[in-house]
Amino acid sequence: MSQAAYDPRQLRFSESHEWAHLEGDIVTVGITDFAVDQLTDLVHVELPAVGTEVVQGEPFGEIESVKTVSDLIAPVSGTVAEVNQAVQQDVTIISQDPYGQGWMIKVRVPEGTTLDHLMTYDEYQQQIGGGA
Amino acid sequence: MATKSTRFPLRDQRSLALLKELSRPQRRAARLPVADDAADELQQWLPEEHRSDSPPPLPELSELDLVRHFVNLSALNMSVDSAFYPLGSCTMKYNPKRHEWAARLPGFLNVHPQQDDESVQGMLALLYGMQELLAEISGLPCVSLQPAAGAQGELTCLLIAAAYYRDQGQQRTKVLIPDSAHGTNPASAALAGFDCVTVASNERGTVDLADLKAKLDPQVAVCMITNPNTLGLFETDIVEVAQALHENGSLLYIDGANLNAILGKCRPGDFGADMMHFNVHKTFTGPHGSGGPGAGPIAVREELGAYLPTPVIVRERGEDDRPRYRLDYDRPRSVGRVHGFFGNVGILVRGYCYLRSLGPEGMRRVAENAVLNANYLLARVREAYPVPYGQRCMHEFVATTVDGDDLQEVVRYWQQRHLLPRKVALTAQDVAKRLLDYGFHAPTVYFPLIVPEALMIEPTETEAKETLDAFADALLAIRREERELVREAPHTTPVRRPDEVRAARHPVLTWHELEQITQDR
Repeated sequence: MSQAAYDPRQLRFSESHEWAHLEGDIVTVGITDFAVDQLTDLVHVELPAVGTEVVQGEPFGEIESVKTVSDLIAPVSGTVAEVNQAVQQDVTIISQDPYGQGWMIKVRVPEGTTLDHLMTYDEYQQQIGGGA
Repeated sequence: MATKSTRFPLRDQRSLALLKELSRPQRRAARLPVADDAADELQQWLPEEHRSDSPPPLPELSELDLVRHFVNLSALNMSVDSAFYPLGSCTMKYNPKRHEWAARLPGFLNVHPQQDDESVQGMLALLYGMQELLAEISGLPCVSLQPAAGAQGELTCLLIAAAYYRDQGQQRTKVLIPDSAHGTNPASAALAGFDCVTVASNERGTVDLADLKAKLDPQVAVCMITNPNTLGLFETDIVEVAQALHENGSLLYIDGANLNAILGKCRPGDFGADMMHFNVHKTFTGPHGSGGPGAGPIAVREELGAYLPTPVIVRERGEDDRPRYRLDYDRPRSVGRVHGFFGNVGILVRGYCYLRSLGPEGMRRVAENAVLNANYLLARVREAYPVPYGQRCMHEFVATTVDGDDLQEVVRYWQQRHLLPRKVALTAQDVAKRLLDYGFHAPTVYFPLIVPEALMIEPTETEAKETLDAFADALLAIRREERELVREAPHTTPVRRPDEVRAARHPVLTWHELEQITQDR
């Protein structure tokens, strides 16, 4: 499924380099371009099946590069409503378009869920030392 | 890419053209006369349907082009004979050339594995002598020279452990492995049918004794520990680790990858090991990846000796009262064969020559100078490249390109996530690539996994102070260089930064595949 790239300035960020976007009761999750840069060449991504419960702060999958294997941490709690099949078949999509075609999962969240616990774009840039 | 600005002009005579690209129709290395009746005879021997209509599509070259192609390629190869090679954990020490002479003596080179024991007494005497040396070095009396590499030595020892517990009627399914271990340890354990349990490191970078004890239960068969460990630190709690394991009925395995640091100084058998392997290519100067296949001998405690692979070499007294050597296949409790015949003899001859020419005092000096060289480098570079674990080291140390006051936080974050929390000015990859421009082989990078942006540096004892200084100067200079210059390195090699994923996933290994790709383009 095609997905236009989000403007990263409109997204929220976790300390562990996931981004999140809330629309209705669906939170779309991916990883940031900074994480992609660090991982260098990606080789594999392991994502949960639709219907899996994910817990905020807990791993929901794994991403493997030539350098390392890294856990993917859920920025919110909820039920996996959709999984990006395309990135599972071709993981390089994540490095080419981390904020668009490279999204990973969509999570159906309970009513009243917000992304207020996550960093804004500016706060995240501060953490990673933007401009360095 | 312009390289004028660097001190290292591109040596563009170093062609990477393939033989196929150099090929021209009808060019030949030699034109020999055809024997008149050969063609007729061939037709008698080879039925029509098996004969090709045309010659095979091989590259067509003159002998000179062919020789230049291979000689030039060989000159591009970096080796310990051409450059400093501080590849951590690999112990890239110099391999004395007299060992090559010894390994090529006709008595070793030309024997046939099917010869009877009587006719190869000299070779068996050398191998038996090697077993005795390894037993003395390890403090473990029973030795097998058969495993063909360190990892096969690990696997063989784990199979021995499994057989031992089977005989005891015990079902033990787990192997404990510290988080700083070489990847071969869990791979060997899995291959031997065990489940791996990771033991954490403490803040000093050694095995966390409390975590180890917490994970001990009646299912634990073996704990595999590298001592000194991959951070270049001696496991100072090793005696307590061994005690805890033995009280639990478990065995302590020592990965001998870093034996160089303690050679002749202390013996694994004395600090509680039950089994270990040796890497002949690391500690005992076998050539790395050339000069023939490798060897990873093992040594085990007396009560495990019955399980060693067959055959073992035994010494008996002959009728003339002189020692006779024999291959003993009659070992009912053995785990069986792990290699054909005697193992890979050539590399064992080299290792034997090394140990006999060093003698006990020489072995101790190897360890002392390996540790001294590593500590000298550590002291010279640590200001520019912090070393998160250890003020001092054994034979190697693990530095990082991460700098800043928050280093400890970055390390902790890394250990949880295997990602950095923030950007760093210089990556380990950048430094490794840039070192090539300075004429040095890169250190091991991104290993062990508990240090972010890791540079694992092992100089070995065979390097002079001047070489160590030149390498330290290069590392310090790279820290000061313009970032773009470093990020785009190497500037002097014919291949720059290869696409590692594509190379691993879609390797072009045959001529046919290459032709396919060329056509598609």
